[in-house]
Amino acid sequence: MKIREIVDILEAEIICGEEHLDNELHSACGADMMSDVLAFVKDQSVLLTGLINPQVVRTADMMDMRCIVFVRGKCPDEQVVELAQERGIVLMKSPLRMFVACGKLYEKGLRGGC
Amino acid sequence: MSLATYRFEVPGDDFTRAGEASGSLKRSLKKIGFDPDIIRRVSIAMYEAEINMVIHANGGVIDVEVSPQKIDIWFRDKGPGIPDIDLAMQEGYSTAPDNVRSLGFGAGMGLPNIKKYTDEMKIDTEIGVGTTVYISVYAK
Ligand SMILES: Nc1ncnc2c1ncn2[C@@H]1O[C@H](COP(=O)(O)OP(=O)(O)OP(=O)(O)O)[C@@H](O)[C@H]1O
Ligand SMILES: [Mg+2]
Repeated sequence: MKIREIVDILEAEIICGEEHLDNELHSACGADMMSDVLAFVKDQSVLLTGLINPQVVRTADMMDMRCIVFVRGKCPDEQVVELAQERGIVLMKSPLRMFVACGKLYEKGLRGGC
Repeated sequence: MSLATYRFEVPGDDFTRAGEASGSLKRSLKKIGFDPDIIRRVSIAMYEAEINMVIHANGGVIDVEVSPQKIDIWFRDKGPGIPDIDLAMQEGYSTAPDNVRSLGFGAGMGLPNIKKYTDEMKIDTEIGVGTTVYISVYAK
């Protein structure tokens, strides 16, 4: 699935990384515990989360994840956006809640990986 | 033969900066040209240990030695020490306060995760003096 399809499905707004929208991603994970992402994620490339602190971007970077979706319309501050730009990670915000956002992506064929 | 050494000072009072050292080493290892899988294992283990230094030990110093065969990293802090290493190594054991949990950490997964992703791991700790965590990842 292309990142731009994720934007459509989640009714999302791009925060940064527009130049990467044609990249293909195959699996995702939803988490508010970065500890769990670090411990259990394998090759998922999209992270859906309700947290907006810089560690979300650093965690995604360490795990080689390419795209972060902030659910419930949350938006990180400028410092976090700059960090994501530096690391080439796409950020977007969706008005949907975590459960619904994950469900919609699953329905359209994105999987949990591992 | 060592390809490169790095030293990072990790400030203990700024959680938002925790992980800068790990990000920086990750980019250096990429430039050197290590296998992506090796880089990811080093990155995850280092990030977990770096975060631990910040949330449990008020920061410290990280020393890295990179050779073609392996990547060795020492995390030295002057924190409170770990009273029971076996207990700390158990999945789910955490003394992290609520404010750390609300930032997405404190599941008690860090140390077991470091063990999982490294080829060697050793903890030296003394109560009231500090902790040194040593890890090594073989480049094969
Ligand atoms: N450098 C350290 N200094 C003092 N205590 C430590 C240090 N590192 C770990 N600990 C102790 O060991 C426990 C377990 O560490 P571990 O990294 O596994 O979990 P955590 O940091 O609490 O949560 P998580 O890593 O999942 O975010 C910590 O809660 C803390 O009590
Ligand atoms: Mg930890």
